[in-house]
Amino acid sequence: MASKIGLDQALVDKARASAARVAEDTQRFIDRHTTVAVERTVCRLLGIDGINDVEVPMPNVVVEHLTEKNILADGAALRIGNAMAELGLGPQEIAEGIDRGEIDLAALPLHPDAEIRAALAPAVAATMARIRTNVAKRREYLTEFGDKKGPYIYLIVATGNIYEDITQAKAAAKQGADVIAVIRTTGQSLLDFVPYGATTEGFGGTYATQENFRLMRAALDEVGEEQHRCIRLCNYCSGLCMPEIAAMGALERLDVMLNDALYGILFRDINMQRTIVDQYFSRVINGFAGVIINTGEDNYLTTADAYEEAHTVLASQFLNEQFAVQAGLPEEQMGLGHAFEMDPDLPNAFLYELAQAQMAREIFPKAPLKYMPPTKFMTGNIFRGHVQDALFNMVTILTNQKIHLLGMMTEAIHTPFMSDRALAIENAQYIFRTMADLGEDIEYKKGGIIQSRAAEVLKKAADLLGEIERIGLFATLEKGVFADIKRPLDGGKGLDGVTTKSDRYFNPFIEEMRKEARA
Amino acid sequence: MSSGLYDMSAKDFDKTLDLSAIKPYGDTMNDGKVQLSFTLPVANNDRGMEAARILAKKMGLTEPNVAYARTLDAEFTFYVVYGSCTHTVDYNNIKIQAIEDVSMEMDEVDEYIREHIGRKIVVLGASTGTDAHTVGIDAIMNRKGFAGHYGLERYEMIEALNMGAQVPNEEFLAKAKEINADVLLVSQTVTQKNIHIINLTELIELAEAEGLRSKCVMCCGGARITHELAKELGFDAGFGPGKFANDVATFCVKEMVRRGMK
Repeated sequence: MASKIGLDQALVDKARASAARVAEDTQRFIDRHTTVAVERTVCRLLGIDGINDVEVPMPNVVVEHLTEKNILADGAALRIGNAMAELGLGPQEIAEGIDRGEIDLAALPLHPDAEIRAALAPAVAATMARIRTNVAKRREYLTEFGDKKGPYIYLIVATGNIYEDITQAKAAAKQGADVIAVIRTTGQSLLDFVPYGATTEGFGGTYATQENFRLMRAALDEVGEEQHRCIRLCNYCSGLCMPEIAAMGALERLDVMLNDALYGILFRDINMQRTIVDQYFSRVINGFAGVIINTGEDNYLTTADAYEEAHTVLASQFLNEQFAVQAGLPEEQMGLGHAFEMDPDLPNAFLYELAQAQMAREIFPKAPLKYMPPTKFMTGNIFRGHVQDALFNMVTILTNQKIHLLGMMTEAIHTPFMSDRALAIENAQYIFRTMADLGEDIEYKKGGIIQSRAAEVLKKAADLLGEIERIGLFATLEKGVFADIKRPLDGGKGLDGVTTKSDRYFNPFIEEMRKEARA
Repeated sequence: MSSGLYDMSAKDFDKTLDLSAIKPYGDTMNDGKVQLSFTLPVANNDRGMEAARILAKKMGLTEPNVAYARTLDAEFTFYVVYGSCTHTVDYNNIKIQAIEDVSMEMDEVDEYIREHIGRKIVVLGASTGTDAHTVGIDAIMNRKGFAGHYGLERYEMIEALNMGAQVPNEEFLAKAKEINADVLLVSQTVTQKNIHIINLTELIELAEAEGLRSKCVMCCGGARITHELAKELGFDAGFGPGKFANDVATFCVKEMVRRGMK
């Protein structure tokens, strides 16, 4: 496809090559380290679940034990596999033994690697099979009902009670939503554990728990079958438990996960070393499980200016793409993000938004781009808000964005009412229907405002990526290049959960999942 | 029912403005016209329409006109209703206790601090007591801010520390001493059984006992906090819905200057 906005392909290639080198450089750091979240994820994938009598999740019980005994560096797989070989118990029984104080993983004689791997093999195979079954089930639904042409309408539910969320989600799906995102309760991203069980009293959302995932999945399958449509389920794989939530999503057949390489560092002040290691495993899992990830570049624009800082969005999209490549995540699952956040008072703001969106479309042709609605300049004037959302809907249909998060006219007032959602869907469907092929009919004027803007943003993004390549990702984050936010290498939350791997460390799930991704 | 294009009804009400009994204005003084929309958990049929009309009447609207009814789900219907409000408000005799300062924007606040205080000010915030919600304090303090208003962490001349939620009042005040806080911000979201009032009162009493009350500007905020309530409880100011970081920052820096805090 010829570029509608006259992009300089050589410059696109240069920017992408810079981002690739940044990701490769960072990957060397990732490969040397593990974290408590990564090891808890290994526990979960080995089948360790539930809570103890003081409500500590069992994966935390095991990993706290490993930390206490100073053997976290060996990884949970080696030490649990060793206990399986030595004691002839299953992973869950070992976890329970640790909890009762009856098993000390550090005190058991270490078996040879081959024996440990053989002991783990059935548990690893069982989990891999369960995830493969989920992938097959999703494919089966897509074959049976067909996939949606045009943008996926993405809606959120956020009542704080998973059962109420289900009522809202079913109604939204019936009204036309293609993706339902269940908003998490305030502050979950900073918990260094994943809560257990169904949530009935969250604030502004529910916890991401495996039980909540299971309940919502069942409800959406039911509506999907009734409506003969695939209704995708989305949750949030960010914060201090990125890979654990990815694992839970893979086990419960979620379809979409918010999963940005840098978001936690910038917006939740999570330590950068921690996040960078965690995001890798989470993306390996998401890639294997066929989950579309959504990246969070849109968030930059809530703190930084959308016009001035547009190139940082593009640069970050390149980086997120290359980090996903490192994790073996296919392009078709890269929901790179951006947002319609320019000041409504800025003359020609719509043209600049169009330039940015068309540019992202052309630079990442296979990616199901995620496009976020206006939030920053939503004022409580619901009537203007509805128009802002209409302009946003137009950009999506003109530039073929894929995951379209619906704007609500009551943004900045409250979590959406059922009626807010219905009106938003009506607005989007009206525009998507009546302008369905307008994008195909439009050519942009050579050297006009839109083409010039795209060229300018691409140039700045390529320059910025060149600079990041020169100084490295960590130094870039320390300088506050993204979202105007500076984060120190050793600052933020969760650094104490990062450990250098020992020589005997292995993670059987990364090995297996990457092997299949390459095949 | 009229088509809505032309209002042919006789306007036999008094059309002079009376500030002791104001009413909503549609297109004629004192017509009382309001628009509202809501959803009822019933099917979209005549009975549902009548339910919407009756509800509007109970809200004090005469001649309610259900302009639009739309099915949202089998058992949910959305209504748009117009009517004339029968209630009036005596505008002359309204007493409000409001913060008088005109809010400055972030850059202006930073500039004001540079000029009048001459050093970075230290702001400590938390949601104290058993309240687990950080949403309020985050909206004011986190860099990202809320609704396009940057949080205090982003202010160049403010050293902002957000302790998060479920911080005991004692710990909050101990931290305030440790970092020599100039301003204490406490957010309360849960208001069941007036737990916020009990907690806020305790905080003020502790602050007085610790000798901190006079050294710090103290503000509270939350969905059900008003400036009037805050003053009553002994705080310097209270911030309810629709107030943002710059409103809070403006009050605090001006109050510091008013008190001669350097």
